[in-house]
Amino acid sequence: MDWTYIQGILMLAGINMIAVLGLSLLTGFTGLFSFGHAGFMAIGAYVGAWISASPTSTPAGLGLPFVLAIVGGGVAAGAVSYFIGRISLNLKGDYFCIATLGFGEAIRLIFNNVNRFGGARGWPGVPGKSTFLAILVADVVAVLFLANLVKSRHGRNMIAVREEELAAQIAGIDVFRYKMLSLIISAVYAGVAGVFFAHYMTFIQPKMFSLTKSTELTIIVIFGGLGSISGSVLGALVLTALPEILRTFEMWRLVFYGAAVILIMVSRPKGLMGGMELTPSGIRKMVAERNALREAKARLLAEAQGGEEE
Amino acid sequence: MTVATLLRVHELTKKFGGLTAVDAVSFDVPEGGIVGLIGPNGAGKTTIFNLITGVYKPTSGSIEFRGKSIVDLEPFRIADMGITRTFQNIRLFKNLSVFDNVLTACHLNANYSFAEAILRLPRFRAQEKLLMTKAENLLDIMGLLGYKDLIASNLPYGLQRRLEIVRALALNPSLLLLDEPAAGMNPDETEQLMRLIARIRNDFKLSVLVIEHHMDLIMGVCEHIVVLNFGEKIAQGSADEVSKNPQVIEAYLGTSEEAADA
Repeated sequence: MDWTYIQGILMLAGINMIAVLGLSLLTGFTGLFSFGHAGFMAIGAYVGAWISASPTSTPAGLGLPFVLAIVGGGVAAGAVSYFIGRISLNLKGDYFCIATLGFGEAIRLIFNNVNRFGGARGWPGVPGKSTFLAILVADVVAVLFLANLVKSRHGRNMIAVREEELAAQIAGIDVFRYKMLSLIISAVYAGVAGVFFAHYMTFIQPKMFSLTKSTELTIIVIFGGLGSISGSVLGALVLTALPEILRTFEMWRLVFYGAAVILIMVSRPKGLMGGMELTPSGIRKMVAERNALREAKARLLAEAQGGEEE
Repeated sequence: MTVATLLRVHELTKKFGGLTAVDAVSFDVPEGGIVGLIGPNGAGKTTIFNLITGVYKPTSGSIEFRGKSIVDLEPFRIADMGITRTFQNIRLFKNLSVFDNVLTACHLNANYSFAEAILRLPRFRAQEKLLMTKAENLLDIMGLLGYKDLIASNLPYGLQRRLEIVRALALNPSLLLLDEPAAGMNPDETEQLMRLIARIRNDFKLSVLVIEHHMDLIMGVCEHIVVLNFGEKIAQGSADEVSKNPQVIEAYLGTSEEAADA
């Protein structure tokens, strides 16, 4: 295995990671499941390709710098998510999930039929501007943004919505607003991931953004552990690399992939990280929680025994 | 002596299809008062709480808080104005630590923006520090500081109820609604809770509206009692007045004939 090959896998994992981090905010921290995030990736990919592709290529683009493509792709996905959110975020639990599923498929079918963007044949000639460094920088920014968010009152409000919606309302939290905020941020993440994806593959096609892709993203979030940023990072690395590592199994590859995911979920039902963070403060918190549980048990036991002796 | 009215409920009615859960109920909660809401199961007590906190919209009637109608407001806005509650079936943020439960509810005490949080600007850090101190103080006053790092769902039942009250207090409410705070508590714990409610009222300068079945608690701590039966108000007054009211006795114990049947 040479470095280019490993680098390629790492880049793909890094791109997935951006989308997964966004979905992690929505699913892991706000408690909303989405099976349509490939749709937001598609919007990012196509808008990004349109902004940066050369005006002389077919389909023609605007030939603008890559940075603008990233911004444009993210903003476009975020804007679309706002409208989706307005109509679907009032739906309860599973119904929202089904609405996103429909949205994701609709987006794919729209791109399938828009010939301006290459239709089902796809869009070749997207400039290959997703460098290793650019993806790395994007991942670091994405992690920092998310980490700072969830440690603020805004992030805590989202977590409160996940934990107990009615209680969150009564605690003065505008549940709809925070769901919306979470959806928009996650869509922007997915859109940006789509831009990087398009400029990594240099060729995009609607079927790359099918339900399978959405499901893959959700699986990675759950696999990494709901409510854990480090879990999402690890999950993206492991589950993107796993199919490659399993290449030696050839046609049985995806069977082993499925089996591996099941095995890990059975042995760690809360995902790899299970809501914990692999940071100094995250580990301190975990230790404190364990100690608190032990102390509380000891205290209650002592009280119970004390009561019996009386 | 004139005491200002904090909450005025007037001719409040709520119908669910053909069922009238609350039927033209009126009562006032005075500033700094402790009012009890009692009645047999299904009398519409919790429905009234849901109406006051905006979870349900009334079919007719008005609810005024400090002279302003709160009928059309969303629950979080009502919480913003200073009304908060606990739930009959405890609704904590179960997977969060005791401290985080309270810290989350403290959010109304901070106003740093989204961008300030992402960039960790000085205002964010200063306000976060204040929130943490406030949460810690509240836990300390309410005797839960020792359980600070425990995951809320691991708390003993009685303390979960108490944590819910602490979380409500974190919002600096002026009206606290307690929905059966003594449910499942033994007489000892009920006694403690009674003292706690009186203390909260004095220390935090708020009014309390409490639903309860434990008559000891209601009679011991409430200055004014409203009795409901089948959605209608059948009596109100002081503990003494209410407990001697024949209609109340009938609602709780049945008429002599029914009592004989039972």
